[in-house]
Amino acid sequence: MIELPLEGITVLEFSQYLSGPSAGLRLADLGARVIKIEQPNGGDAGRKLAIKNLWVDESSLLFHTVNRNKESFTADLKNADDLNLVKKLIAKADVLIHNFRPGVMQKRGLDYGSVKEINPRIIYAEISGYGKEGPWKNKPGQDLLLQSMTGLTYTTGNGSSSPVPFGIAIADILSGAQLVQGIIAGLIRRQKNGIGALIEISLLESLLDFQFELLTTYYTNSQPPQRSYHSNGHPLLSAPYGIYKTADGYIALAMMDIHALANSIDCKVLEEFSKEQAFAQRDKIKAILTEHLSLQSTEYWLTRLQKDGLWAMEVFDWEKMMNHEAYKCLQMEQIINANDKKIVTTRCPIRINGERLYTDKPAPKLGEHNAQVINELV
Amino acid sequence: MMLLKDILVIDFSQFLSGPSASLRLADMGAQVIKIEKPGTGDICRQLYVSDVVIEGESTIFHAINRNKQSYAADLKDAHDLEKVIQLLSKADILIHNFRPGVMERIGLDYETVKTINSGIIYAEINGYGSEGPWKDLPGQDLLLQAASGLTWLSNNNNENPTPMGVAVVDIMAGTHIVQGILAALYKKGITGEGALVQVSMFESVLDFQFEVLTCYYNDGNQLPVRSAINSGHAYVAAPYGIYKTKDNYIALAMTNIVRLAELLHCEPLKQFAHSNDWFDKRDEIKEILANHLKENTSRHWLTILEQADIWCAPVMDYDLMMKEEGYRVINMEITVKTSNGLSVKTTRCPLRVDGKQLISLKGAPLLGEHNQEIEKQFGLEKELQPAIKN
Repeated sequence: MIELPLEGITVLEFSQYLSGPSAGLRLADLGARVIKIEQPNGGDAGRKLAIKNLWVDESSLLFHTVNRNKESFTADLKNADDLNLVKKLIAKADVLIHNFRPGVMQKRGLDYGSVKEINPRIIYAEISGYGKEGPWKNKPGQDLLLQSMTGLTYTTGNGSSSPVPFGIAIADILSGAQLVQGIIAGLIRRQKNGIGALIEISLLESLLDFQFELLTTYYTNSQPPQRSYHSNGHPLLSAPYGIYKTADGYIALAMMDIHALANSIDCKVLEEFSKEQAFAQRDKIKAILTEHLSLQSTEYWLTRLQKDGLWAMEVFDWEKMMNHEAYKCLQMEQIINANDKKIVTTRCPIRINGERLYTDKPAPKLGEHNAQVINELV
Repeated sequence: MMLLKDILVIDFSQFLSGPSASLRLADMGAQVIKIEKPGTGDICRQLYVSDVVIEGESTIFHAINRNKQSYAADLKDAHDLEKVIQLLSKADILIHNFRPGVMERIGLDYETVKTINSGIIYAEINGYGSEGPWKDLPGQDLLLQAASGLTWLSNNNNENPTPMGVAVVDIMAGTHIVQGILAALYKKGITGEGALVQVSMFESVLDFQFEVLTCYYNDGNQLPVRSAINSGHAYVAAPYGIYKTKDNYIALAMTNIVRLAELLHCEPLKQFAHSNDWFDKRDEIKEILANHLKENTSRHWLTILEQADIWCAPVMDYDLMMKEEGYRVINMEITVKTSNGLSVKTTRCPLRVDGKQLISLKGAPLLGEHNQEIEKQFGLEKELQPAIKN
């Protein structure tokens, strides 16, 4: 086991659901000690949020996925004694993360100003839905709603469809990942000047940043991005960019010269289009491709396209992907030992000095580490 | 003090994954030098999108490469390579996203660079890792979405597998490499030692799916089924999704169906009293809801639902969003300027530090724009004299 880069760092995570906890998870995988500060009555609401009704113990599989490799400390922040204990933890911590709505931490006396008094070296990191000012500041920071408010749902699906959301909680995951960037950069500055930092992000800013290519193009030409009518892959890109049905499956075609494509798949009609028309005429080109590619198998097309060095790929589902050597050799899966149950999950995607980072430490039971944390830190 | 003040990044990467990583480092205060091939440079300079061109270059190049410097060097030329090596001897971070083997051929693989600068953080992004049957395939966003099962998670079930319409794999891989780079840099502050940090786009897009993949690993390998209509998330119960109204669309997140039925005066919904039904019968529920919601305007429904604290939102395109005070108040737009006087409006870094937005108005560099400045700053020519004589 290699020595992890964030060993020695203590993180207090006052977060629920996904955005904040996904940040805590990455810090844990990079070596930090992450302690969830939870309400004694139920704790992180994510414990009771299950998908497909899958449970590990009194907490859901989903909770276990997001909170493995962490500890749990229960404290009722409305109780003066508990709050005092938490403040003692804050005095020892390097990082504090929360994702409460604006005002909640102030009410508990745990806003940045107060926390800085206790520990001027702390990196205080917070995720909100829409920032702390403006008419949206009290809206719930929920992923689908943010996708809908930021134009993102008009990037996906075909032009004839309703707006289509991303089927993954992109706002939560990205904002959590970006918060981690700010937190560690804050720790780096602290090594030099000894002073902590306030790091803030909102789901709104994360999703706008995520769309920076589309927004910059929009700011330049004032045209909202248009999804193509067939096989939309990215609203800014020319034909053939997208996914097409074949005789036995689906194939993805990325950027490529339209004449090289015509030649490779023997599609004479395509030769009528010039390179310059690949964006303006993309619906026509894609309609031709849709018909042409449906005639042969994925394997048939892929062999030709890859032989010609054109960017194409078979579309896999997880079953097919997991049977492929290219997936297996990543060794992306790891086993978590949650008491008597074994949970298979993914590992951290970052490799350090050639090593994959694994840990089998499960998510904590509510308050599991109270005694240990008090013993070691108070 | 900027978080990454005095940190020097030498960036060999092209397109989006690597350059989006160095953009974040630049915004947090690092000096980022793009090493570009003379004549053409980063291929992204010519990647025009949507038929929009700014001064002969693509809009997205300007968005991705603002706040950086450009140093043109032909890595196949010994003299140029020597200067780049001099730069690397002073750098904190190297980033590249070449395919496996390219840096080895140039002589800038980690083992070699480590002998020049043992403290360097050497960061690489590739498509599918450096082993296995796909290692030489192009690390291209859509193709990674296709390879990783991601396209089976969005859109309605009768639709083709549907890619996400933003380069999500590039962006996640760039985000992950920054996390790894900074963690290694933190550790270097303690030990003085550098590190090799690697991320593949494949591992990044699997991590992106960690919640649902973990479900798949543990539920007996049942493939995800997207809902038949109004699909929002393959694993989430009704009403989660987007619904057409009389004048536009609204989004509904997780909500108690019975309560929703009461608030919307939608009688047929009331039969779904058990929360298990909300997942098992989500297509039925969504169909009833969809028929009901199209009878009135977005404003009408949202007024009712917002008052009751139901998780809902209007669905907006960019035109609508820009008119909203909630968008304007966060000041996400910046206008950067290039050295030849061109102004480009783009977005700023999403992070705020010590209550301040991180704003730099420096535009993307012209190809090789900073060669002289960099040679002077790092004394490259001077140090090279003996080598040339030899």
